[in-house]
Amino acid sequence: MNNHFVIETENLSKAYGKLLAVDNVSIKLAEGEVLGLLGPNGAGKTTTILMLMGFSEPTSGSVRVIGYDPAREPIKVKKVVGYMPEKIGFYEDLTAAENLTYTGRLNDLSEAKIKAKVGELLELVGLKDNGDQVVGKFSHGMKQRLGIADVMIKEPRVAIFDEPTAGIDPEGTDQVLNLIKTMARQKVTVLISSHQLHQVQKICTQVGIFSKGKMIACGPVDKLGREALRKGQFNIILPIATLADNLRKEIQKINGVIGIENVADTVVIAADRNVSQELEKAVMKFTGLKLQMKIEEFELEEIYLKYFRES
Amino acid sequence: MAGLIEIFRKELVDNFNSRRFLILFVLVYLAGIATVYIAAQNIRSIVNDTTQYVFLNLFIVSGSNIPFSFPLFMSVFIPIIGIALGFDAINSERTSGNLSRLLAQPIYRDNVINGKFCAGLALMAVLIFSVVAIVAGLGLRLIGVPPQAEEILRLFMFILVSILYGAFWMSLAILFSTLFKKTATSALSSVALWMFLFLFTALIANLIAGTVVPINQNSPLEDVTRYDNLFRMISRVSPGTLYTESIQAMLLPLMGNSSPTMMLIGIYSGLNPTPLPLYQSLLLVWPQLVGLVALTAICFAIAYVKFMREEIRAT
Repeated sequence: MNNHFVIETENLSKAYGKLLAVDNVSIKLAEGEVLGLLGPNGAGKTTTILMLMGFSEPTSGSVRVIGYDPAREPIKVKKVVGYMPEKIGFYEDLTAAENLTYTGRLNDLSEAKIKAKVGELLELVGLKDNGDQVVGKFSHGMKQRLGIADVMIKEPRVAIFDEPTAGIDPEGTDQVLNLIKTMARQKVTVLISSHQLHQVQKICTQVGIFSKGKMIACGPVDKLGREALRKGQFNIILPIATLADNLRKEIQKINGVIGIENVADTVVIAADRNVSQELEKAVMKFTGLKLQMKIEEFELEEIYLKYFRES
Repeated sequence: MAGLIEIFRKELVDNFNSRRFLILFVLVYLAGIATVYIAAQNIRSIVNDTTQYVFLNLFIVSGSNIPFSFPLFMSVFIPIIGIALGFDAINSERTSGNLSRLLAQPIYRDNVINGKFCAGLALMAVLIFSVVAIVAGLGLRLIGVPPQAEEILRLFMFILVSILYGAFWMSLAILFSTLFKKTATSALSSVALWMFLFLFTALIANLIAGTVVPINQNSPLEDVTRYDNLFRMISRVSPGTLYTESIQAMLLPLMGNSSPTMMLIGIYSGLNPTPLPLYQSLLLVWPQLVGLVALTAICFAIAYVKFMREEIRAT
């Protein structure tokens, strides 16, 4: 059992009758990472999350959250894991502050602490002036933000968000994602499931792509991009129009460089590993310039579509 | 214990704040006041110097032309209160999206259902106790006869049995709230079951008993007794019958045999019944009380198991 993984699943599977909703999913997430689960509806993201929360028992495989099995020791897990379900709801007749207070009490926080936290969190999520309004009057976006406050009140080590931005306007989406980012900065390990690739890319350190119950790819976006779109090649972009012959030769000598190509106003160097440091040295040696070189970045959307065309 | 007290507290506050219960409270209090007023007006024509337990008569007597006594209205209102307290206990949490959020907190899952049940029970206790207290207090002012110790004890037993009866309907409604996804469905099915038992139990019991032991005005006493026993046995299928028989034994110390028919026969045949002490009355309806407890426990147990084993889905 590796203690440094906050979330760890091994060959996790869940069958509903004949349907394999989750098929051999292995996730390893270290502290402070933000993992985005991507995939179409019914790909198994939510089911995976439910098993992480101990709401649903795995058919086979194992789950560990902060070292505990959520199905066996749910209380220990739920003390430090915050969860925002896809269709979050609050007690509509209670005010925002009352709803948060209730969650605080269920987490056994002291009344003084709850009072302080509720004020602080309502301000953080931009609902400072709505604290005394009943939640029934809230818009969808406000409820989502209240949901984040609801997750944060227990000061979780792990936060799980199931479709936190579904159905809210772009501004609301931005607010929600910024809040999640704030949490990540405070060393909270975050797991989000989403359809919104662009947003996920902005805040995630890792993504996992789900299809038909399987996690078909998992890792940092740039790595996935290289694997999916460049067959594992690194493309390093030099912001110069042409290469002098001697420099070109020098670069070709670098171990791992596969090709050099002119693309528009830049030179793109392909390699089977990250050669940017050697490259920098070579450029320095021949031109005396410190060039701003860039490793090619990928749009998550391209990667996603590529995987789905293949599967 | 994790969470039980918090959930209990919140549910209780919610209950007391909701409009639903404001309406129920007003209705029950009004009915209570009406019955005690009618009883106080008619009590003098029934009570004489030899009457024992004058105070209890306040709870039994109805108007000569308005057959509306306190126990009768309790037997109608209590199921409604119980159903109102339980019909949306679980499914409303689910449809509102609160359930998965609630269960993501460090609490034991069964404390959600236990806390709701306890809060409902507490509210019911307050409601029934207070209406009995209002009726007793008003009655005391109207007739000016103080209750004896035995009568107070009997009233307490009456309150307890009434709470138990309410607990049965509440646990049935909670059961429906775990079985049906929509609150409207669970409310309607609870009410439908209650209506069916309320309206048809006597009818069906009469039909069967009358077929097995046909009686008329000239039938010998043995036949009437057999018919009466059979009729009562069949009607005990309904929890309402169990409740009615129990409170009759509590409020009518004279009733040696828990059937009004038999009591009347006894009086007409010249027997002079003496009132039973409380423990004898209790003994008489012990099976009924155990039956009510068992029914409540069974309904709650099924609801509990259903709720505990259910997978919590996001939608």
